[in-house]
Order: sequence, then C-alpha cells, then structure tokens
Amino acid sequence: MAVISVRDLTKTYHVGEVDVRALRGVSLEVESGEFVAITGPSGSGKSTMMHILGCLDRPTSGMYELDGRDVSKLSRDELARIRNRKIGFVFQGFNLLPRTTALDNVELPLLYNGAKSLKTSERHRRAMEVLKAVGLEERSHHFPNQLSGGQQQRVAIARALITNPSMVLADEPTGNLDTRTSIEVMDIFQRLNDERGITILLITHEHDIAEYARRLVAFRDGRVLSDQQIARRRSAADELAALPPVDADPIQAGLSDPGQPHQ
Amino acid sequence: MSLFMTLRIAVKALNRNKMRTSLTMLGMIIGVGAVIAMVALGTGAQSSIEEQIKSAGTNMIMINAGNFTQGGVHMGQGASTRLTEADARAVTQIPGVQYAAAGVSTRAQIVAGNQNWSTRAEGTDVTLPLIRAWPTKYGAFFTPQDVSSSAKVCVLGTVVSDTLFGENVDPTGQIVRISNIPFKVIGVMASKGQTSYGQDQDDTLFMPYTTVQKKLRGITYINNITVSALNADAIPAVMDAITAELRVQHKLIPGEPDDFMVRSLEEMASVRTESTRTMTMLLAAIAGVSLLVGGIGIMNIMLVSVTERTREIGLRMAVGARGRDVLFQFLVEAVLISLFGGLVGLGVGYGVSEGVRRFLEWPSVVPPQAIGMAFGFAAATGIFFGFYPARKAAQLDPIEALRYE
Ligand SMILES: Nc1ncnc2c1ncn2[C@@H]1O[C@H](COP(=O)(O)OP(=O)(O)OP(=O)(O)O)[C@@H](O)[C@H]1O
Ligand SMILES: [Mg+2]
Repeated sequence: MAVISVRDLTKTYHVGEVDVRALRGVSLEVESGEFVAITGPSGSGKSTMMHILGCLDRPTSGMYELDGRDVSKLSRDELARIRNRKIGFVFQGFNLLPRTTALDNVELPLLYNGAKSLKTSERHRRAMEVLKAVGLEERSHHFPNQLSGGQQQRVAIARALITNPSMVLADEPTGNLDTRTSIEVMDIFQRLNDERGITILLITHEHDIAEYARRLVAFRDGRVLSDQQIARRRSAADELAALPPVDADPIQAGLSDPGQPHQ
Repeated sequence: MSLFMTLRIAVKALNRNKMRTSLTMLGMIIGVGAVIAMVALGTGAQSSIEEQIKSAGTNMIMINAGNFTQGGVHMGQGASTRLTEADARAVTQIPGVQYAAAGVSTRAQIVAGNQNWSTRAEGTDVTLPLIRAWPTKYGAFFTPQDVSSSAKVCVLGTVVSDTLFGENVDPTGQIVRISNIPFKVIGVMASKGQTSYGQDQDDTLFMPYTTVQKKLRGITYINNITVSALNADAIPAVMDAITAELRVQHKLIPGEPDDFMVRSLEEMASVRTESTRTMTMLLAAIAGVSLLVGGIGIMNIMLVSVTERTREIGLRMAVGARGRDVLFQFLVEAVLISLFGGLVGLGVGYGVSEGVRRFLEWPSVVPPQAIGMAFGFAAATGIFFGFYPARKAAQLDPIEALRYE
C-alpha cells in the first residue's frame, strides 16, 4: 500500500514581484517500507518537497495523500499530531535547540506526544537508547555548541527516531560528515529499513550515498527527472566491516570529524 | 505537555535572561507594591475612624441648631432657630437618653504669664466627660455649682496645658486670662489624640456653658446638645423622640421643616468613612496604573522573546507541538513573571505600609484579603498581557518559523 501518494504537486513562492516556482507538478508514490533517495541540483525543490511530505508546509496545488488521507483536509492540530507520531524529520541544518543538552534535544518530541505523557525516567531511558544507536550516549549532557557538526547531525537523527516513527524524512543527513561517519549514519538508516520496515526518504547530493537506498528519484527544476530502482544496493554494514578499524569507537570517530557547525 | 514540564521550560527560559526577567518583574513589583500600600493606607484611615467613633463615646447623638439639609441654614424664625437650655432640659427627660450636655463654644485667646495660645473654648455641661468617656489627668471637671454660678473655671486640654505650662506640669490652681478675664484652672483632660482628619482633640479647653454664654459671648442660646443613648439599639428611637420633642418645643406645625439637626455619631462617621473609601479607591486606581504599566512591560518583553525564539517555536511545532502547547508555554512564562513580581510586590507593599506606620505614624493596615488581591491582580495582568504575544507565537507557521533569521 502506498504510504505517500502525491499528484501534480506545485509550490510557488512569491518574493516581491517574482514568482519562484519551486515545484512544478510532481507525482510520486512511495510504498510502505521503501528506502528512497532523492537527488538533484541545488534549488531543484528537494527540501520544498520534503517539507510538504513532512506536513510542515502545504502545497500551492496538487494532491497529497498520506496513508490514504488527504493531508490538505487536516487541521493544524492533526498535522502536529502526524509530525509527532508518524514522521521523524532530520532537517538540512540540524536545528537543535541551543543551550539545551543533547539528551533534552532528543527528548523534545516526547514532550508533545499527547495524553500518554511519559515519566521523566522513561523519557531519559528512551533518549539514551536512541543516542546509543547513533553512538552518542557519552555525549548526552553536552550542549550543541560543544558538539562537532557530525555529532550534532547524529543528535538530530536520534531526535527523529525517538518516537518510533513509521517514516523517516532526512534532508541531507550526511551533508557534513566524513566518509566513515556517513557510512555509519547510512548503516543506521539501512538497519531501520531492513529490521523494522521503516519507510525512509533521504535527500542527498552525493551519488554514492544515494546508492545505499533501494530507489532513486532525481529532481530537476521542480520536476521529477527520473525514478528508478537501484540495481545493486550498497550495504553500509559490509563496508564498515571492511574498513580498517582506525577507530572502533564511533565517539572517537565523531571527534576526529572535522565538520564544523553550520547554521 | 505536562504542567510540570511547561513550568520547567518556562523557568529555564526566564533564567536565560536574568537581567531582562528581573527588570520586567520590577514593573510588576512596583505595581503590586503600590496597590498594596495604597489599600493599606486607606484601610488604616478607615479603621482609625472606626476607632474614633468608639473613643468619642459610644451611642452618641449630636443635636445642632439650624438645618443644613434644607439647602442652607434655615432662618427667619427668631429665637426658635436656636437651641436653648430649655431644649437641653427637655431632651434629658426623654426615655432612653442617658446624658445630655448643652454646648456653646467660642474661639479664645488664653494667656498664662508670658505664654499665650489661641484655641477653642468649649462651654459644656458636667455630663460631657461621661458621654465621651473622657477622664481628667489632673484635677477634676467642673461641678453643677460651677454651671449654675457661671464660675470662671476651666479644664484644659493637654495641648493647651503643655503649651502654657510645659509638659508633665500640673497647672491645677493656676490663673489664666481668657479675653482678659481671669479663670482658675481646675483640671487637665487626659490626652485623646487627633481625629483622622487632623483636628487635635486635645487642643481645646472646657468651661461651664453658662460661663461662655454670660462671660465670653453675652448670649442666652446654645449651639448644640450632646446626648448619649442608654444603648446602641435605642439610638434610632431616641433620635425620633428627640426630633418630636424639639418640634414641640419649637412649636413647629406639621409640614414645616425641622430647624435643628439630629445625627448619630455613626451617621456622621459613615459620611467620612464613605469619603475615605472613595479616596482609597482613587489612590488604588492610581496605583493600578503602575500595575498596567508593569503589564505592558511584560507584554513588550514577551513579544521580544517570541521574536527571538521564532526558530525554537518552529522546531517545537515541527516535532509535534500544537498551537495550544506553544500558547500555554508563553502564557506560563508571562504568568510566572507576574506572579513572582506580585509576591515580591506584596512584600514591598507590606514594607511600605509598615514604614509609614512606624515613621510617619499614619494608620496603615494591610488587610488579609489584599494578599489574595495582589496575586489575583498579578495573575490577571500576566494572563491579560501575556495572551497576545503567546497567541502570536502559537499562530506561527512551522516552516516559516524554522526559516526565520
Ligand atoms: N521560503 C521561500 N521563499 C522563497 N523562495 C523559496 C523559499 N524556499 C525555497 N525557495 C526557492 O525554491 C527553490 C527550491 O528550494 P529548495 O530549498 O527546495 O531547494 P533544494 O533542492 O533543497 O536545494 P539544496 O540542495 O540547495 O538544499 C529555490 O529556488 C529556492 O530559492
Ligand atoms: Mg535543500
């Protein structure tokens, strides 16, 4: 069954006198459990598309059905609920709360998960669990400005995972990671996809990163240029195993990462 | 989100800008403090009036000549517009009347040795100390013989005694000159203090009313009659009886207005209590303006805060915060500032009230309900002025907020 069903989606921004047509009629279907990579040149509308798919933004025209429901008919509160329960979003530029520890940043979505308010200890436990999954459990009490770009990126990924979403939307999650850390992040995504059947949509500039997905959608000028299955999917786990064990500890790997925060 | 988490986030946000938070709070502190201090002063003034009613003598009824309620002095009927000794005697006979004292007063220049003092000389009857529950400090009040013989004797108020003879000096037996007539001082009244409107009850002297009539003013009428009823419940009935009796005495035909006024002390006091209350309201309203200014300060800071934290708001919404979660969070911040400001303001208002009481010796009492009032006002101010910024935050568009720079 199609989780995401999009038809003739357009998005036009009005900047002064000029109309910027970020999306010019995009149609796309994504089945549950798919792992889709979206590529395209800068400004081709990838992030715009992702924001609409993540119920953060509304299209100018066209139809978007999420799990068979017409998103345009949902209220603000219902959209907030979907963002909270169903979707894990990793932003381009990680968008962590400043002066707030990694742990608190990761817990943030749990504060808004409605009636079933979790106890503080339970929230901590779950936050530590996802931080561990991204290899950052020892950095849980650090502030964003005390973390490298790659570490911040992983905190953002942990935050997207904490609510056990059925769909993860990641906008350039490996944008400023070195090769090794990038493969580690892709390993996380592949495991989520393989083991838990979580639907993953991932935007990337890099072709080799896109090859970890199963399907590749290419954007150009607000349109889908091509849409194809990836014949030979790369396996992050295998590649990690093959890499020389310079740093067995992912935290050390994170530390050696030269990436700087970009905000 | 749970209230506890909302509070924690709010406290954290407020802590981040300590200076700003404290300055905003200062506005509330001054506002609430001023309201409390003003209410305390008003309440103090009111309760001191009530105390005076008690100290002036309970169950007291005043009868004055003329009728000011008819739009000016009612004149034109010769001697009958005045009160007389006969009226006073008649009033004494009325059932329910305990004591009655005829009164007539004049201003007097009083000289003792090289000291002199201008004061009010009150001619009255021997029953006055009983009616007003007012004992002498030195010597004794004058006697019925003094009244019938228009004796040249006087009893001084403490202010007069202190001024002419020095403090803690017993002037009994000394001779003073009033309008060049020598008078013998036979006693000094105990101190009674000021009335709430500043009249010093001790700046006076008493002598038999007959003496004032014959020796000082050369008249035969009296100005007023001071009456005490047997008990408080009897006052209305006694007042009616007095009116009826005086109408007979003055030969007024039915329909003709009274040419005298009968008022109970309670009635007279209630007029003043009323005006004090109005004054208190006015002062509190002025103080309320500073509360308003404090509230505007909160609104201002909250608006700044919402703008500064636009990205944070966007992010919270992106991970599932609903409009009302954001609204509530900012509202709680505003209310925290105002409530904490209110708490400190309560302390400040209380301090000012105490200071005024101790150092200026004005009556000032913080009424217990003022505490609830302070918090009520503070919370209401926070909610009222915090609502607009909070709603502004709640209505932000998630993606635009996230992009905000
Ligand atoms: N809020 C906005 N207001 C006006 N124009 C916008 C806005 N957001 C995006 N655009 C425009 O829409 C187009 C698509 O932008 P988008 O962010 O989707 O590109 P992208 O494919 O994600 O690029 P990149 O790879 O650089 O992140 C761009 O031309 C951009 O200038
Ligand atoms: Mg983008």
